[in-house]
Amino acid sequence: MTVGSQTNEYTIESALSAIAGRQITATALAGEFYARIKKEDAEIGAFLTLSEERAFAQAERIDEMVADGKPLPPLAGVPIAIKDVMVTRGVRTTAGSKILENFVPPYDCTAVARLEAAGAVVLGKLNCDEFAMGSSTENSAYHPVRNPRDKSRVPGGSSGGSAAAVAAGMAVATLGSDTGGSIRQPASFCGVVGLKPTYGRVSRYGLIAFASALDHIGPFANTVKDAALVLHTIAGRDPMDSTSADVPVPDYVAELEKPVRGLKVGVAKEYFGSGLDAEVRTAVEAAIQKLAGLGCEIVPVSLPHTEYAIPAYYIVATDFARAPRRHWRKCIARRGTAASAWK
Amino acid sequence: MKVTDKDVAYVADLANLELTIDERARMLRDLNSILEYVDRLNQLNTENVEPMAQVSDRYGVDESKQGSDRFAYASREDVKEGLRASLPHEEAMKNAPETDGTFFVVPKVIER
Repeated sequence: MTVGSQTNEYTIESALSAIAGRQITATALAGEFYARIKKEDAEIGAFLTLSEERAFAQAERIDEMVADGKPLPPLAGVPIAIKDVMVTRGVRTTAGSKILENFVPPYDCTAVARLEAAGAVVLGKLNCDEFAMGSSTENSAYHPVRNPRDKSRVPGGSSGGSAAAVAAGMAVATLGSDTGGSIRQPASFCGVVGLKPTYGRVSRYGLIAFASALDHIGPFANTVKDAALVLHTIAGRDPMDSTSADVPVPDYVAELEKPVRGLKVGVAKEYFGSGLDAEVRTAVEAAIQKLAGLGCEIVPVSLPHTEYAIPAYYIVATDFARAPRRHWRKCIARRGTAASAWK
Repeated sequence: MKVTDKDVAYVADLANLELTIDERARMLRDLNSILEYVDRLNQLNTENVEPMAQVSDRYGVDESKQGSDRFAYASREDVKEGLRASLPHEEAMKNAPETDGTFFVVPKVIER
């Protein structure tokens, strides 16, 4: 990628090689992304807070490393953004709620700290449904997010800002959180890659909890490879989160090089039941055909408990969510509005 | 068993919630729909299904151990100095909308 590229054409690899090859400085790259945000985001609404001071300080550190000829970290100068449910030291964190309108966290979420330690530049904080409860990002207490592919449509949610920012070229990659689909569904609505890792894979230290036993942090990106790079950076045991698994982190990017021929792909018949949009069915069936063409073995399977997933989720998730919410509800009931609860 | 309007009023009172007539109707509907979900789950025979305390019991655990020993990796020895340096008091108070200099000052919610 060369100077003058559109911000939406960058991948982690191309941003990194442009910086390492001195075609662009990390500072100039961050500047290009902020220009893009200022041009596009008034209509999309993906960002709640821009962290320019922190971003440019990090970009300058990277530029000094380049100037000194030092080896660069794996995400050096890559512009990223963070769902506003992950705390960021010195940068306001709202969880999409007016209750936390003035909250400036005194520490960093582990996932964010790991990305920054790997050289990434955090541009700002991304809009979401209030406390990550929603699936359209219309329920942010600030403003809704529009889908960059078609601004008359929702981007999905609750990580709608994270999906929209990547789709609109306002960040190379972003972090979102998923409790009951909040990464997977907006990634699908916005046509980007979103990954909900296995529970325990990524530390949730510094994630404002929705339902801790179901919450996951994961990446959004334009390519599978970029998602793999981000996951590799944030994954792994963290002593600050006792639920993070003590399991080695594989080299996901190297795994991507392996052929898919011979892999067994199960297709659950229950997922193709009533309520499935014809267009979605066509797209999924095309993907199955593609995998078959690449030599995967397609195996029809049955997951007979699928119909119980939603009832189980609503009971379990609302029960977990109840504890912190009860406290806030009480404040709201006493003080009239959410906004005045802490004032 | 169905939730009644009387139950909603009672629970709202306990929780210090002031609900409008419309909100009460919505709560009544929501609470009953949760009970319907429970009814649906009750259709399943779970007699021979092992209870699951949590989902991460196969990642990073010591398979040769039983019970909480399986999660030994998640614990540590107590240390005299505490886990880590605490947040400095001044830093912890920075987000207090109101403080008496030592503590957060918040509206009283216990008494009515």
